[in-house]
Amino acid sequence: MSEWKRGDPLQRNQPGGRATALHRSIGLGSAKAGASHWWLQRATAVALIPLLMWFLAALVSHARAGHAELVAWLARPVTAVLMILLLVAMFQHLRLGLQVVAEDYVHADRIRFAVTAAIHGISYALMTAGIFAVLLIALR
Amino acid sequence: MPERPRPRSPDVQIYRPQLTSVLSITHRASGVWLALGAIALVAWLIIVVAGGRAYAVLESFLGSWIGSVLLFSWTLALYYHLCNGIRHVAWDLDYGFELRSIYLSGWCVVAVSVLLTGLTWAITLNMRA
Repeated sequence: MSEWKRGDPLQRNQPGGRATALHRSIGLGSAKAGASHWWLQRATAVALIPLLMWFLAALVSHARAGHAELVAWLARPVTAVLMILLLVAMFQHLRLGLQVVAEDYVHADRIRFAVTAAIHGISYALMTAGIFAVLLIALR
Repeated sequence: MPERPRPRSPDVQIYRPQLTSVLSITHRASGVWLALGAIALVAWLIIVVAGGRAYAVLESFLGSWIGSVLLFSWTLALYYHLCNGIRHVAWDLDYGFELRSIYLSGWCVVAVSVLLTGLTWAITLNMRA
């Protein structure tokens, strides 16, 4: 049975219940994936510090430059690579962060499953769209 | 069912707001707001690809008062989340986790993020003139 159909683990552990030891314990302990979530959240956070400082400085100096100059700037190899790195780090970071927000505030299992799936799916879709847009500009 | 409900955490309304708790929830709120900013970032890239005419429409939107409010709020949210994120990473490395340091770094985060937001917009607005 998939995780989201199983219901609240705490409700399965009624005293005198006839659930098997396995059924009582599944979903309660570590999924063995929490550490990688934590580490990727921190790694992307640290990566975002220099990437965002670069992006903000560039944005301030290029934002008012007009379309042609903006395209020329984005087409530069260094800019394109840094923009793609920024998109990857940003969307990985926000996908993990929003997942935790959903886990904290959405209590109904099925809705939480749907919200979490949407967060990860939309994040990857937007990240891919952003990378593709940068590549279109850079390789045109 | 249990005979009586399990004890629950006291309601948020009972707590007196403290710097620590306010900054904590602000970190989360700014993160969610910045996630919407990330969608805007991708939209911005797609509009740049779409060409000069589409970009001109975007520029006029960003110049409007609602565009300016959005950009300003994302700037402030970004600097706050960035500064407070550095504070969080320091805690993860076991630095500054005493109560005094937590309050000191908290006020520093507030001051620096407001300062950097002001500085960024002062530079941006000066460049247009």
